[in-house]
Amino acid sequence: MSSAAEAAAAGAVRTSFKSGRSTRIWELAFKGCLASCILVSLLVLVVLLEQIVNDGIGSLSLGFLTDTPSRIDPASSGIGPALTGTLWLMLVCTVFIIPVGVATAVYLEEYADSDRWFNRVIEVNIQNLAAVPSIVYGVLGLAFLVRGPLSMGHVLLAGGLTLGLLVLPVLIVAGREAIRAVPPSIREGSMALGATRWQTVWKQVLPASLPGIATGAILSLSRAIGETAPLIVIGAAAFATSSPTGIFDDVTALPIQIFSWISDPQPEFKSLAAAGIIVLMVILLAMNAVAIWLRNRYERKW
Amino acid sequence: MIRLNGRAVTDPERAQEHERAVPGIDLGETVAETHPAGARTVTSREAVFKLEDVTVSYGGKPAVAEVSMDIYRNAITAIIGPSGCGKSTLIRCLNRMNDLIPSATVDGRVLYHEQDIYDEQVDPVEVRKRIGMVFQKPNPFPKSIYDNIAFGPRILGMDGNMDEIVENALHGAALWDEVKDRLDANAFGMSGGQQQRLCIARALAVNPDVILMDEPCSALDPISTGKIEDLMLELKEGYSIVIVTHNMQQAARVSDLTAFLIVKLDAEERHRQGRLVEYDATETIFTNPSDQRTEDYVTGKVG
Repeated sequence: MSSAAEAAAAGAVRTSFKSGRSTRIWELAFKGCLASCILVSLLVLVVLLEQIVNDGIGSLSLGFLTDTPSRIDPASSGIGPALTGTLWLMLVCTVFIIPVGVATAVYLEEYADSDRWFNRVIEVNIQNLAAVPSIVYGVLGLAFLVRGPLSMGHVLLAGGLTLGLLVLPVLIVAGREAIRAVPPSIREGSMALGATRWQTVWKQVLPASLPGIATGAILSLSRAIGETAPLIVIGAAAFATSSPTGIFDDVTALPIQIFSWISDPQPEFKSLAAAGIIVLMVILLAMNAVAIWLRNRYERKW
Repeated sequence: MIRLNGRAVTDPERAQEHERAVPGIDLGETVAETHPAGARTVTSREAVFKLEDVTVSYGGKPAVAEVSMDIYRNAITAIIGPSGCGKSTLIRCLNRMNDLIPSATVDGRVLYHEQDIYDEQVDPVEVRKRIGMVFQKPNPFPKSIYDNIAFGPRILGMDGNMDEIVENALHGAALWDEVKDRLDANAFGMSGGQQQRLCIARALAVNPDVILMDEPCSALDPISTGKIEDLMLELKEGYSIVIVTHNMQQAARVSDLTAFLIVKLDAEERHRQGRLVEYDATETIFTNPSDQRTEDYVTGKVG
């Protein structure tokens, strides 16, 4: 081979190798762009948190968690009833959404023939329900649970069920994903041993998808815990003077208490609102941390 | 494969001739007359399965068509053929695993001890209790080794000491010595070959009559494959085994009888479907097949 041809080939290689550098610059620019987007959202969060912690840290104390709110004395005001109410609401919500949500997810994934029109209607509806504004659920709760056919009055049970309806689609979607992640080969292996479909679902598919379902349930609840609008619509007590002791007590919740303090013109109460937000945030972060831990601990590579 | 199709289309007379010959094949006589040695390897002439004109279709399109063959007790029957010839489809219709695919339909009759398993009265769950299956990819349950084995006996409500059942099943699959100290360990921690033997042990634990194996070694290395082949030869004393395999040497090594399927275009030349070409003693299939297409395939000229 002539040396001229060799030189030409080397030149071509050199040029093509160098042209890679400009692509690299674009890649870096794009990365930088993405990173700055993350930075902006993080920055907003940090600023918000900083402000709230500054405002609220002074009002935080153990008594704040247990005291009843007062209209006159901000110093002795607390979130006792609201916090208890929120815990009760979460309990009602959990007891309601887990059986209903998991059963729906199992039906849609394991039993429903997606070629049938009604199954497709159910699927589309569940996706739509997840996008319905929460206040609409409040109206539903007011019309059907508080008044109307069930006429429970504005009690915790009605509040919990309303929040449950609101987050049910979230749990169903998460549950379906967890169930779908169990490979078909597990079902085949189980059926090939003479297991019925029900035994396969109950003994193989559900245990294998449990971590995913639990993660979905926690994320659903963490959405429910911050909801305010539907509870206001169904008539939550903004100033509960005593902690609820059962599901037929008046409904009250942490976000409602925060909302009512924020609307108060006195600055002392505003700082109470900030303290309430801190408590709510800590609960939320803890729930999400548990969800992440569950996912990482039990996540399975098939 | 293309040549096969080409011939089937361009030479319809010849293709027809073969098809006429296939359903009418009288295996017992053929084996006995032409290959006495082959006949000896078949320890029993009792048929476990009789397939009569079986066609399996997905959404109305046949994947494997008009298969008639007998499968014998205490023998290893291999099903070989090129990709897409419907080997897996055929084996999965023997324990009604195709029921899990909503669009799958089976025509013809699959007689298991003279009982049509596709009869309306038959419960597919009962069929699968007697006819176990091992799949292409090892599919242990995400549970301990012990619970993998115990799952079947538990759901079937089998009597007896569960520890014994588990131990016997693991002995049966030649796995006991390797795992006896870690029965509580998750099955996912085992090697691929061990997982596949666990799946065999799992199938043995429910005392089946027939074991179907759908390319059980295709995901395994040669050493693990060898262990499973040895195991199959042991198991055939107590069970009837049907194995689908891509590996012709494997069919030649372990099986007593071999069925060869091809892919063929249907009459309108639109859909590909599997057809049984020849079914005979394994030795005959590999040394003296009666069909040119079988010879081309087993000698590696096509496929």
